[in-house]
Amino acid sequence: MLLQILAENLGLLGAALGAGLVAVGAGVGIGKIGSSAMEAMARQPEAAGRVQTAMLIIAALIEVVSLFGVVVCFIIATA
Amino acid sequence: MILKSIALSIVISMMFISPLKVTASEQASGEGESFNPGTLIMHHIQDDYIWHFWDGHYGTLYLPVILYSDDRGLEVFSSSNFYNEDHELVPYNGYEIDHGKIHRVDSEVKVWDFSITKNVAFLFLTMAVMLIVFISVARGYKKRPGKSPKGIQSLFEPIIIFIRDEIVKKGIGEKKYEKYLPYMLTLFFFIWFGNLLGLLPGAANLTGNIAVTMTLAVGTFLLTNFSGNKHYWNHIFNTPGVPYPIRYTVIIVVEFLGIFTKPISLMIRLFVAITAGHIVILSIIGLTFIFQSAAVGIGATILTIFINLIELLVATIQAYVFTLFSSMYIGMAVEEHDDH
Repeated sequence: MLLQILAENLGLLGAALGAGLVAVGAGVGIGKIGSSAMEAMARQPEAAGRVQTAMLIIAALIEVVSLFGVVVCFIIATA
Repeated sequence: MILKSIALSIVISMMFISPLKVTASEQASGEGESFNPGTLIMHHIQDDYIWHFWDGHYGTLYLPVILYSDDRGLEVFSSSNFYNEDHELVPYNGYEIDHGKIHRVDSEVKVWDFSITKNVAFLFLTMAVMLIVFISVARGYKKRPGKSPKGIQSLFEPIIIFIRDEIVKKGIGEKKYEKYLPYMLTLFFFIWFGNLLGLLPGAANLTGNIAVTMTLAVGTFLLTNFSGNKHYWNHIFNTPGVPYPIRYTVIIVVEFLGIFTKPISLMIRLFVAITAGHIVILSIIGLTFIFQSAAVGIGATILTIFINLIELLVATIQAYVFTLFSSMYIGMAVEEHDDH
């Protein structure tokens, strides 16, 4: 019984797990950018503006990678 | 003063969000079925033959359907023919809509579909807005050459200068950037306007449509490869500085695939960023109707305002990134370099 329910909803389980893993990956990526940007700003406060712009752009690129995951998981969940 | 402007911005954001919520509640209660966020979201992000604003008599814009098939020739009719009084899909004149596509009911003849769908209509709208804005900007430069900008011109001049100096000049190089500047400006402003207009309630998901982003990426692909010089092709088929056995087995394959993966990455990046933004906003609104509670509704509203503001940022950054990478790819293709 339990196995049957599991087998029928395995796709949903995969989508949910995928969404979680994507969040972990994006968190690690954005965290690393944030930490090194903070460090750079502390070392060179006069370059803070430029560092911040570059940080935002790279954060947006990482966000898109995590959104790949969102779209794929969404397609699995609705298929 | 500050409080006033915060209150005003919240009211404006509410106005932007409320139509989506109305649709969601009607979907949930009106038909007596259980609320399915998946179909609601799919309905919002997909293309359609009608443009639905609100329920009721005048809430739907029926767009023209233009079909061509070998045996029946060209046929043009309104998409309202596909809907009965209860707004259900019905076959018309031997055609039916199945999974969002028009097919022949009882034959396998291929139907070429040139319909003005929701996305095409929205593309025309974006085009009209851009024409109005940029013709007036260009007229300003013609009328007052060499003088300070005025009106809407002063809004766009810094952006145009930024794209020229920070993106195109840096990506393509000082010598050759002028030839590519019109394409890059068009690319940036089309994506930016499409993204921003797509955030409005009732709008189509124009730049989140993979066909639209593919067209843009194909433009960059053709421009890159037709303007590629000797060095560019030499770098792909005869990469200097790599031992011969590796050069003609591994590197040549990787470099050749690179020609295609670059525009494909452009295409998928824009498509996913915009589509996923819509999915996230609609999913959070959908939470209210899953839990059916006012507290979740308030939380979801605040979160949606926050995400909408992030989407404004994403809309700009995606336009910037697309233009930046396009000019970098073209820059790689036209670069004059000494042997290294």
